[in-house]
Amino acid sequence: MSARFERFTGTMAPLPIQNVDTDQIIPASYLKVTDRSGLASGLFCRWRYRDGDPEGERNAGFVLNQPQHQNARILLAGDNFGCGSSREHAPWALVGYGFRAVISTSFADIFRSNALKNGLLVVPVTGEVSAALFDAVAADPATRVTIDLESRTLSLPDGGEAAFDVDPFARRCLLDGTDQLGYLLKQAAAIGAFEAEHPSRLDTRSA
Amino acid sequence: MTSASTRTLFEKIWRRHLVTAGERGLPATLFVDLHLVHEVTSPQAFTALAERGLIVRRPDLTLATMDHSTPTDPSIDDAKLRVLDPEGSAQLDQLQANCERHGIPLYAMGDERRGIVHVIGPELGATQPGMTVVCGDSHTSTHGAVGALAFGIGTSEVGHVLATQCLLQHRPNTYEVQVDGSLPEGVVAKDIILAVIAKLGIGGGTGHVFEYTGEAIRALDMEGRMTVCNMSIEGGARAGLIAPDEVTFDYLEGRPMAPSGEAWEAALEDWRSLPTDEGATYDRTTTIDGSALEPMVTYGTNPGMAIPIAGAIPEDRTIEPEKRASFLKALEYMALEPGQQLQGKPIDVVFVGSCTNSRYSDLLAAANVLRGRKVADGLRVLVVPGSDAVKRQAERDGLAQVFVDAGAEWREAGCSMCLAMNGDQLAPGQYAVSTSNRNFEGRQGAGGRTFLASPLTAAASAITGRVTDVREVLS
Ligand code: SF4
Repeated sequence: MSARFERFTGTMAPLPIQNVDTDQIIPASYLKVTDRSGLASGLFCRWRYRDGDPEGERNAGFVLNQPQHQNARILLAGDNFGCGSSREHAPWALVGYGFRAVISTSFADIFRSNALKNGLLVVPVTGEVSAALFDAVAADPATRVTIDLESRTLSLPDGGEAAFDVDPFARRCLLDGTDQLGYLLKQAAAIGAFEAEHPSRLDTRSA
Repeated sequence: MTSASTRTLFEKIWRRHLVTAGERGLPATLFVDLHLVHEVTSPQAFTALAERGLIVRRPDLTLATMDHSTPTDPSIDDAKLRVLDPEGSAQLDQLQANCERHGIPLYAMGDERRGIVHVIGPELGATQPGMTVVCGDSHTSTHGAVGALAFGIGTSEVGHVLATQCLLQHRPNTYEVQVDGSLPEGVVAKDIILAVIAKLGIGGGTGHVFEYTGEAIRALDMEGRMTVCNMSIEGGARAGLIAPDEVTFDYLEGRPMAPSGEAWEAALEDWRSLPTDEGATYDRTTTIDGSALEPMVTYGTNPGMAIPIAGAIPEDRTIEPEKRASFLKALEYMALEPGQQLQGKPIDVVFVGSCTNSRYSDLLAAANVLRGRKVADGLRVLVVPGSDAVKRQAERDGLAQVFVDAGAEWREAGCSMCLAMNGDQLAPGQYAVSTSNRNFEGRQGAGGRTFLASPLTAAASAITGRVTDVREVLS
């Protein structure tokens, strides 16, 4: 699958919680799927629904249940978003729900890597920019921002711009729609040469 | 920066595995020596291969097991599981079919080599010093205990490794975590790592690989080192390393997949060249006094929210303003108050298990506390060995009988209540003292509340039915 991202303008769903772990994004009970479907209903389900059950009653106070944030496609999250388990089901669930990007002051390493492979842009910002965005959304939920991957800038509600860092290789892949496996497969000759030079001590079929 | 002639353990392993170095913003292509696979994070990766007509490049460097969604209740056989958990069964079937198709060795249900992926890798001698080891599981950091660069990857990357035996990676930074001194009585490997995470914070290691050094680390046996490295990811570091030494070599020698004969001698010579050179430097360093550590216990909803067991939960005014809301949210979930003592808090469940603390020495430590004693009335105690081999050894040596006599449940090997996707879970509102690695909201069951601690603390708490300082039980 090749994921793409160029530019996106939209409103934000504020989730001012630090250290949101991937067990909260999608609990283990959803990990029994053998494809990528059906995960959107499990997104944040322990917070979204009273008993964590998508069939059950909604928690009216949770951001994804608030009418003013229904159409938000950008998640504005607290620090260290996506820590914990390596489950790629987390970005699959976010993308399945419709999110295109997550803005935070920092991201856990594995989540960042997984997200970028699935067209979900992670946008790291300073504490100042983050605070300004949370304030802006609180004042007006219809506040829109534009994320431009080509120029690596986030346009702010006050008319300013914030530059953001993104892995240049992942950026190129997202802009071009190149898939990373394809890039690796093209290195088959170099991999073969490496294998010839470095015989393995291990054979897992031996025990 | 380290000069050209002096290198850290991490740098040595990294350089040995570069297929291409990666320049001008491009990631390096890193060769993978061992790829561990389990049922939960692999199905979509095999599908990605099938869609492109690709085969697994190196089945001889790939090893699969069933652990996450397998039942640990000995009365549940395959036929029952199909009724109880059709989705979980389908996932196991799919792993079996994928492994058969690609010639990958698989330790399926009933296989004597089966167990939690991070327990069986070292146990079989498959994970060896200087290797690169990956798995679609964040606790792959465990294997760093033997001096391997081991880290968790996502499912897309599982597909990359299946197809090419390589990964695209940017070079992480290095972080030395030095633990000096000798540990006081009642303080064990789990307490070290909980104290490290409490100090550095759960994002403290982001972008880094930890290397644990110092007298207290050197003094740990291999299984204690695995406990420490296991939770590196809870400090945000993708990998944790400990330099191989005689303890490592003694542990590995004679294991089924370890080299033998002349190959063993050659391997030893190579492995002895791995430790960080004198004079090499790390990007960051921190030091902890091991002799001042106490048994640790978590009170909140991430592994960094830990305190010495005799201490109290912090007052909210001591928490930085921007972190206060998350702190209070965690305490609300846990139904605890700022400033409260945890010691003496009544609990409902004790869980001894998981890839952090389910090895033989963990069970032995717990059994030594429980021997001749009884589990508190009304308390549920689960003891879940990390592998079938650990289970058999514990049964042979009488540890299993100690647990059963005390009134604990003795289970089949698996991840069990660590992640609650296999039937073992907390009921909403229940409190557990757990030897696993994550106390996230709902991790051990929706609404369940977890206090992470060592096997010693878990066993002491099992006797009293309350959060208990093991030093009081031992004295
Ligand atoms: S025991 Fe827990 S942490 Fe370890 S591999 Fe299993 S689910 Fe993951």
